[in-house]
Amino acid sequence: MSIKGATHQDLAHDSAAKHVTGRAEYTDDIPEPGGTLHAYLGLSEVAHGRIVEMDLSEVLAAPGVVGVLTADDIPGANDISPTGLGDDPVFPEDSVEFHGQPLFAVVAESREAARRAATLAQVEIAPLAHVLDPVGAIEAGYPDVTAPLKLERGDVAGGLADSAHRIKGRMAIGGQDHMYLEGHIAFAMPGEDDDVVVYSSTQHPSEAQHMVAHVLGVPSHSVVVNVRRMGGGFGGKETQMNLFAAVAALAAKKWNRPVKIRPDRDQDMIATGKRHDFVADYEVGFDGEGRIEAVEGFFAARCGFSADLSGPVTDRALFHADNAYFYPHVRLRSRPMKTNTVSNTAFRGFGGPQGVIVAERMIEEIAYALGRDPLEIRKANFYRPGGDVTPYHQQVEDNILERIVGELEESSQYQARRQAIRDDNVRNGIIRRGIALTPVKFGISFTATWYNQAGALVHVYSDGSIMLNHGGTEMGQGLNIKVAQVVAEAFQVDIERVKITRTTTEKVPNTSATAASSGSDLNGMAALDACEQIKARLVDFACENRGIAADEVAFLPGRVKLGADEIGFDDFIRQAYMARVQLSAAGFYKTPKIHWDRAKGQGRPFYYFAYGAACSEVSVDTLTGEYRVDRVEILHDVGRSLNPAVDRGQVEGGFIQGMGWLTSEELWWDDDGRLRTHAPSTYKIPLASDRPRIFNVALAEWSQNAERTIKRSKAVGEPPFMLGISVFEAISMAVASVAGYRECPRLDAPATPERVLMAIERLKRER
Amino acid sequence: MAMVRQEIRFLLNDDEMHLCEVGAGDTLLDFLRIGQRLTGTKEGCAEGDCGACTVLVGRLTGGGLRYEPVNACIRFLASLDGCHVVTVEHLRGADGGLHPVQRAMVEHHGSQCGFCTPGIVMALYALWMETPRPSETEVEIALQGNLCRCTGYAPIVRAALAAADHGGPDGDILVTERERVTAALTGLRDGARVEVARDGQRAILPADVDDFAAVYASEPEATVVAGATDVGLWVTKFLRDIGPAILIGHLDGLQQIEECEDALTIGAGVSYSQAEKVLLDTFPHLREYWHRIAGWQVRNMGTIGGNIANGSPIGDLPPVLIALGARVVLRHGAARRDLPLEAFFLDYGKQDRAPGEFVESVVVPRPQPGVLHGAWKISKRRDEDISSVAAGFAVTVAQGAITDARIAFGGMAGVPKRAKAAEAMLIGAPFAGESFVRAAQTLPQDFAPLSDWRASADYRMRVAQNLFQRFWAVHGDTGQAELQRVEA
Repeated sequence: MSIKGATHQDLAHDSAAKHVTGRAEYTDDIPEPGGTLHAYLGLSEVAHGRIVEMDLSEVLAAPGVVGVLTADDIPGANDISPTGLGDDPVFPEDSVEFHGQPLFAVVAESREAARRAATLAQVEIAPLAHVLDPVGAIEAGYPDVTAPLKLERGDVAGGLADSAHRIKGRMAIGGQDHMYLEGHIAFAMPGEDDDVVVYSSTQHPSEAQHMVAHVLGVPSHSVVVNVRRMGGGFGGKETQMNLFAAVAALAAKKWNRPVKIRPDRDQDMIATGKRHDFVADYEVGFDGEGRIEAVEGFFAARCGFSADLSGPVTDRALFHADNAYFYPHVRLRSRPMKTNTVSNTAFRGFGGPQGVIVAERMIEEIAYALGRDPLEIRKANFYRPGGDVTPYHQQVEDNILERIVGELEESSQYQARRQAIRDDNVRNGIIRRGIALTPVKFGISFTATWYNQAGALVHVYSDGSIMLNHGGTEMGQGLNIKVAQVVAEAFQVDIERVKITRTTTEKVPNTSATAASSGSDLNGMAALDACEQIKARLVDFACENRGIAADEVAFLPGRVKLGADEIGFDDFIRQAYMARVQLSAAGFYKTPKIHWDRAKGQGRPFYYFAYGAACSEVSVDTLTGEYRVDRVEILHDVGRSLNPAVDRGQVEGGFIQGMGWLTSEELWWDDDGRLRTHAPSTYKIPLASDRPRIFNVALAEWSQNAERTIKRSKAVGEPPFMLGISVFEAISMAVASVAGYRECPRLDAPATPERVLMAIERLKRER
Repeated sequence: MAMVRQEIRFLLNDDEMHLCEVGAGDTLLDFLRIGQRLTGTKEGCAEGDCGACTVLVGRLTGGGLRYEPVNACIRFLASLDGCHVVTVEHLRGADGGLHPVQRAMVEHHGSQCGFCTPGIVMALYALWMETPRPSETEVEIALQGNLCRCTGYAPIVRAALAAADHGGPDGDILVTERERVTAALTGLRDGARVEVARDGQRAILPADVDDFAAVYASEPEATVVAGATDVGLWVTKFLRDIGPAILIGHLDGLQQIEECEDALTIGAGVSYSQAEKVLLDTFPHLREYWHRIAGWQVRNMGTIGGNIANGSPIGDLPPVLIALGARVVLRHGAARRDLPLEAFFLDYGKQDRAPGEFVESVVVPRPQPGVLHGAWKISKRRDEDISSVAAGFAVTVAQGAITDARIAFGGMAGVPKRAKAAEAMLIGAPFAGESFVRAAQTLPQDFAPLSDWRASADYRMRVAQNLFQRFWAVHGDTGQAELQRVEA
């Protein structure tokens, strides 16, 4: 007999039944107390300028309006910059830096009244010149929003000079809106003294807490932030909730009434940050076999008007500009450019995908230049013994990519299919096909080393039921069920015994963002630590009480072995309670081994790597540039999975999201700096009909983490996102077919039908 | 004048609602979430593009009680008079537990964050009721109006395919309660005009088409709302007051399709879904095109007449209808006139429609022998996207020569417009690839498209020209000329 809900089992999401019945409670579903007010933001209609006058008299006079909040109403610091750079005001004081920047909030008796009133502001702004893209920003002498990074190893100039072949190129890589289905929201309840309780859709309750305290000018102990679940996060709620939490809290304290703020979808997309767009310049030197000798890479990012997380995001782009390949000589530099656009932020992969896709572009360039299969070039350049040091001087110790790629190449019948596709394409049809098999190696750990810590709180009640709390947040990724599985297994009780509770800064303090794929690694370990503490006390109690040795005590499914006796878990807990054993513990975990010296560009920023590979096949319509993804095979490494069903969901979902980033999802600003793709009517994420009909996703069942992670599992949130690159490259192959594969099509991302058709026409002309 | 009732009456799940204070722009979604605290229905975009707010609306039509999924975010509350609104809270299985669709969604891990899930469940519920054992294509078409950002859809499609394993529609509450609901809705019908208002924002539901003609003639400044898939956004996005609004979505008299020997006459209030069968049976070349128009919810709400009357420069149907030689019938009071559809579109934002005059029907001639058809929609995302370019082709061929050609484009000008120079070039030319190449080269004479976030002017022109090649490839050439779905 075993327990229900141990680790390594397929378990449904803990809230699945609530999701499908509509009973899962999101922040906007919480009943509003009488007297609840609603806030709404007024936004700048100029991309860059000095505020001459902000006349809010008509706003104030509008029906239902209680008041407005501007920079003048902030009792503490007018700053919500997550890294403490002081460049991210709640509301600007004298200048606006992007079209759509929040200038004020109006507070009214209803949300509709607030929305209507917000449109009545008379704001006079003296325009200044603005810059929207990173290349333009460099040309205009705009500053970096935060310090750039350089990673260097070997002699790049010498390596390039000595290479038999050299290719130089540029690639533009688009950003991406998170398009979480639940937009931003915060709901603040004023309390006595300086207290305020904020319900927020956030991946980082501790940061929201600290920011609200900072803005209110009160200690963090006065502020509680709660989140039961989010309707999606993807990085978009790691820092971007700060604004909404701060506004709700400011208004709640000012008027001493509950205040909710929920922007509409357009405002959410216009006023909050997204994935960074990059323009990457690369030069690669290689030999006649396609082996890379040297790489020089320069990554300029559209960061927006403030730093937000652009430092670590652009750093991570460089950390992943090798993807899975050894560069004997390498220099990688970033420029986190200030632009007059919304401040870009975290998004699944956190800069990594933009680095990886440039590595894959260089592989493609080499392959087309030498007339080889890109997969062959990939294999020639994988990290291997003797060539296993990354540009940041970390040794790759756990490389399993050759096996993953080999198995996928076999199971997907890549070689035979590729040949068949090339044969088909020769017939010069209107519909061309392409296939690509691309790998990913992704470094796991926050590169901000101090973030790699977590806490948990576990209570065992005297009836044997267990309450689990940890610092991680649930945004759909299945973190809570995974951690509950760890706890159920630790105590050997059925998982129904373990109550999953909302994340709150009251129970676990100083938590890190649920981000960087780290949720279950960190919180699973912290929860296990709490369980082990309680179990140790229980074992001590049993030994004292029964005069038996510790090794005679064992937690068996639903019961406890005590020497020759076995009693039910509940009875045992009851006895322990009566004997005054402490049945609650705070667990803690910090990731071992990691260190990072950013100034030197050296260290071991990552505890381990997660790996995967995907093989995608597409058909492209050479008359319109439209395409279909026909078939996808994935083999992905999650170590020893805590919950294979949940992990498979992350792989499938991450892949499609990555595919969306590189295909139909296009952010488009007009010349005035106004984002014109700001709702699902204009910003197109994949639909059910965009997913491949043949979609085989497998986890590498033989894999287990070489490091001592929670149950030897690996992080899964971000790595599969980059498998979508296989779709991009398969499209590229179909395009290349129109010119006999003699030229790398150099598609920019996203490969919208327009970009695809224009590339086809260009290649046909140059043929 | 018809009798006037000053309340709307409808069923919400098990309850009968009587509401007097309802404004023209009040939405069903706000009523559900704020008014009734039925918070299972979510707001994701408030523009009918994400499906998180999907509910079913049942209505008595000629064929009896019929339920369709719609977007509650842009559905005006007043338009529900006489309907049965079913929200996710109403679903249950035969044992009182999870409904078969819900059970399949749980079993196949179809939810992650769960926010899109109630809407997806409702769309799949509607599909399961109509087609318990759907094909993969049918599932994809049913989900064109629902976005999910977490799962990548594969588990949701698996759930949809397996839902009937947990039970079929026979024991479902909407089936077992059918008679009772039909009786209740019949009881709510009184043939009256309905007028309700809140804060001076009046909503008028005419008693019948003649009453509509009379009301509109006397209040020509009123906003006419059929499916609300466009006007809904005026309210939710632009905060416009639309009162007084004349809601006509319930008028059976505008929802007739007359199948005459030489033409189809489609009432202006016929929804895309209502028109689907007859139109696709008559014009099979529209099948692929059809399912690239909007999502299921919007096809259930949006009307053929609304798509014409709103004068979109892109339009989904106007380009293909113009190519088919459609005429539009306008009515003012008791007076009617008709004109070629292309003549209705005068200029960007300007149509040949007098104050108080409305589109009553569109007349589409049946296909003639010897005419070859083509209809293509090009967009950034295949489905549920607004066209970069939409095109309709009708080319008559006799003895190897082209004797007539009607070709129209959307997205290429301020209005849906015919390619006159190309048509002239084709007529009299041999039916050969070269003729189409030459005709394509004339497009700049008729069109100077704009660049925007959907597509650049260059791309629009290039694609429009390439569609001549597509037409030839489909009708004259051999080999695979179009993208096809892979069968798994």
